[in-house]
Amino acid sequence: MLRYIGRRLLIAIPTLFLVITAAFFMMRAAPGSPFDSDRKLLPEIEANVLAKYGMNKPLGAQYLDYLAGVARGDLGPSLKYRDKSVLDILKENYPVSLKLGLSAIAIAALVGVSLGVMAALRQNGTVDHAVMTVAILGVCIPTFVTAPLLVLVIASKLGWLPTAGWNDGALANLVLPVTVLALPQIAIISRLTRAGMIEVLRSNYIRTARAKGLPESLIVRKHALRAAILPLVSYLGPACAGLITGSLVVEKIFNLPGLGKFFVISALQRDYTVVMGMVIFYAALILLLNLIADLLYAVLDPRVRLA
Amino acid sequence: MSEATLSAPVKGRSLWDDAGRRLMRNRAAVASMIVLAVLVLLAVAGPYLVPFAYDQVDKDDVWLPPLQAGHLLGSDALGRDLTARLLTGLRVSLAIGLVATTVSLVIGVAWGAVAGYVGGKLDEVMMRAVDVLYSLPFIFFVILLMVTFGSNIVLIFVAIGAVEWLTMSRIVRGQTLTLKNKEFVEAARAAGLGRGAIIARHIVPNLLGPVVVYVTLTIPAVILAESFLSFLGLGVQPPMASLGTLIAGGASDMELAPWLLIFPSLVMVLTLMCFNFIGDGLRDAIDPKDR
Repeated sequence: MLRYIGRRLLIAIPTLFLVITAAFFMMRAAPGSPFDSDRKLLPEIEANVLAKYGMNKPLGAQYLDYLAGVARGDLGPSLKYRDKSVLDILKENYPVSLKLGLSAIAIAALVGVSLGVMAALRQNGTVDHAVMTVAILGVCIPTFVTAPLLVLVIASKLGWLPTAGWNDGALANLVLPVTVLALPQIAIISRLTRAGMIEVLRSNYIRTARAKGLPESLIVRKHALRAAILPLVSYLGPACAGLITGSLVVEKIFNLPGLGKFFVISALQRDYTVVMGMVIFYAALILLLNLIADLLYAVLDPRVRLA
Repeated sequence: MSEATLSAPVKGRSLWDDAGRRLMRNRAAVASMIVLAVLVLLAVAGPYLVPFAYDQVDKDDVWLPPLQAGHLLGSDALGRDLTARLLTGLRVSLAIGLVATTVSLVIGVAWGAVAGYVGGKLDEVMMRAVDVLYSLPFIFFVILLMVTFGSNIVLIFVAIGAVEWLTMSRIVRGQTLTLKNKEFVEAARAAGLGRGAIIARHIVPNLLGPVVVYVTLTIPAVILAESFLSFLGLGVQPPMASLGTLIAGGASDMELAPWLLIFPSLVMVLTLMCFNFIGDGLRDAIDPKDR
């Protein structure tokens, strides 16, 4: 187990290296610079500014400097937000995205698994068809359609909830964004659960459990569910990626001070260091979650051997 | 039994005939195919059916609700006809879906088939590369690409296609691994066929089933990805329209002109649903043991 973790972490290093390299050179290939503004800087001032951030050196040297900084855990200063380092920005804004993401995934897991189990128990019944319709709709209706529609109806017309804003993470401000983020995940999770459950309910050990006279509810809860939700564990990594993508839209629409909102703005403003910092951060996060998912899978399913 | 049936040569039912028959029994899939055919026809012929061009500005006819002054679905802030824009947008989105999926299909099938058939060290290296790419936060790279090179349509095709081939290559590799030990491949090898010829003539044609299913599910994913980029302002640029740009525009004007949000959203959801139902239907038809 430990050797496996060690090997995975070793693979993670070249992956991160690749991410950093690709992002660095792509960002630098973009026309424009973070110091462009409506008022043209005097050439001397511009030279000073560039020198301050080490951007007067050749690109290769800057790249090596950056790599050395990352290795020390220093992601550099933001080029647009004066007096803030990239780490400051990550620390300030990450909790917002984290709270959104965790709430969304928790709700999605709870609702999705319940719906999936209900559908599987009455396969091809009314409930099943209803759940599958919801699942198809959830996959087909993009977040940027559900978000404005919900805002229009629930916030603007009915006035039940605030239309946008963070307000220190008050519950009322969380409801709509979390719902929007969770809907596609509910759809996918309920489909996965249903498929897993249907397969497990046909297996021999469930027939055995029935034959020895266990009540159906116990069979479902204790025997079938555990095996049926195994595929969900490996869905953890993709789910996280989906949430990140979703949060780019949701944070924009609801005007939430999370990382997603920062990314597009920073990329457009050529705030090199902030963009790089976020790419590295998310890449590391996804790598970590994939590792956790694989470990969890091996713990839950003793048939799996880590190699 | 009549003379004719007796004398007619017996025609065997191939696996594809069976699959086709099963697909035709799936009502959701058949209905989706019909709706999708209509949508494709509209997208192709539509711009010639509507008396307005998608970028035709009309100062006098702004913010018209549906069914006024010849604007079947109303008009937007610049007086452009929503029907014309919607049909153009549908056409652009479908085209992006098709082209980007083809890109992912070609790369994915070639990559997966070679890795799976050759095996050994090469397989390990190629699939490790896929694993590494898989763990990248891809949406960030697509956004960076768009920011770096400006958003032009060709780049959108390539960027999205380049993201979507990863799953395809995994599916193809898995199938190839099972296929390559089958008797007919051994026979081909015994007959002296080279590796390239075996992959092209014997492996790839037999991969068709799962690949077709995955293609039908990739198209909606691509359309969604493009519209997502457009929503962030990084996709198709105005006055050109895609379903994503129309929805984004509609969302910002929804209080004033809800039809600008509702109709594009409906078309988008309908299109994606059709592809998903057809994909599910195909999967059930081709691989009936998963039902």
